[in-house]
Amino acid sequence: MTPDRNASAVAASGLCRRYGRRWALVDVSFDLGAGSALMIAGRNGSGKSTLLRLLATAIRPDRGSARVAGHDLREARDQVRRNVALLSHHSYHYEALSALENLQVAARFLGKDAGRPALLTLLEQVALADRADDSVHTFSAGMRKRLALARTLLQDARVVLLDEPYGELDPPGFRMIDQLLDVLRKRGVSVLMATHLLERGAAMCDHGLVLDAGRLAWSGPAAELPRAEA
Amino acid sequence: MRDLLAALHKEALLQWRSRAQLLAVFVFGATSLLLFSFAVGPHAELLRENAAGFLWLGLLLASTLTLAETYQAEMEQRALEGLLLLPASPPALYYGKALSNWFQLTLLGSGLVPLMVVLYDANVPRPLALFAVIALGCAGLSAPGTLYAAMTHQARSRQTLLPLLLFPLVVPVLIASVKATSLLMTGDPMGQLRPWMLLLACFDALHWSLCGLLFGRVVED
Repeated sequence: MTPDRNASAVAASGLCRRYGRRWALVDVSFDLGAGSALMIAGRNGSGKSTLLRLLATAIRPDRGSARVAGHDLREARDQVRRNVALLSHHSYHYEALSALENLQVAARFLGKDAGRPALLTLLEQVALADRADDSVHTFSAGMRKRLALARTLLQDARVVLLDEPYGELDPPGFRMIDQLLDVLRKRGVSVLMATHLLERGAAMCDHGLVLDAGRLAWSGPAAELPRAEA
Repeated sequence: MRDLLAALHKEALLQWRSRAQLLAVFVFGATSLLLFSFAVGPHAELLRENAAGFLWLGLLLASTLTLAETYQAEMEQRALEGLLLLPASPPALYYGKALSNWFQLTLLGSGLVPLMVVLYDANVPRPLALFAVIALGCAGLSAPGTLYAAMTHQARSRQTLLPLLLFPLVVPVLIASVKATSLLMTGDPMGQLRPWMLLLACFDALHWSLCGLLFGRVVED
């Protein structure tokens, strides 16, 4: 299936997902242009993570459809996965391995340079180069988040999905995320970011949407989102 | 092929980090062999005759420990999901893990043989052939064991659930392994070893091909 290069980075239509009898996401539709950034806000349990996990193909929608990077979410899961990187609540790391070994594992699956110099450069971007050979189980929550971010960057994806990227980070970490978002935007990467930091998120994104109990409650320019959410 | 090599590299790293666990499993298997010898008592002939059965019972019990924990590292931070999203091929992930489990069990089985010789005064006239039987038998345990461990790894009672599901499935493999091992140790005047090993190889081929195909359905949402 050939992707449409001019298509939206993400085009979701009527996405629904339930866990058991509870609907976590109901009829969510939106469009995100290539190279744009979308901020997703909402209370805890409003469906933000579910939406991002759906778009990353970690879970399947019960109803509705979506195209990510021009590929259908249901029909071309592998193609979607090749073009999407997800920074999840779970860090996707092996606790027993070092930071460098974890990146090596991912790099080998991605067919990328798994050599020490290349991966150290990546770890420098997230300020973890000095802990490259330490086991992940000795890392703090913030350091795990940084490593997860390095893994997300390693994927070199066209669409990046960030679930609470500022969570567990210190103030320098906040600035690091902002800088990385800038770099990604300049590269033409589309970004979807779920966050509770409304002002910060609004400053980094073009568009915003608010989820409430799994439903789309508001959508519009990101700059107006903090007022809308309030 | 790239994914399979990457999966094998990952398994080698994880196995090296958890090498102490293999020692614990070996001690468990060795203790089982020791208990069997105490249960039978000082009947040298009886011990020799049943040595093959005791070896495979010890190996089977020890294998449940290895297999039940095989997805522990994958689940701590949902690393398996992370690999699937890269995307890594599910069959490659399966074969990487199944080969890793096969290697561990074969090492364990080979390590228990000297103990069996000492405890049961068993004869091992053809050690290479015995190694081949252990390798084939462990392949028959590790292929379905890896698949069922994937199915049960999220269950709270996976240590109970895995043997319940796995044991009925591997009965033919165990029978063929015990018979082949027994023939190697007590003599094979009727030339029955070859058919038993062939049967073992057939079960292995069936398990390794089917389980690889089914793994994707087990681990994907």
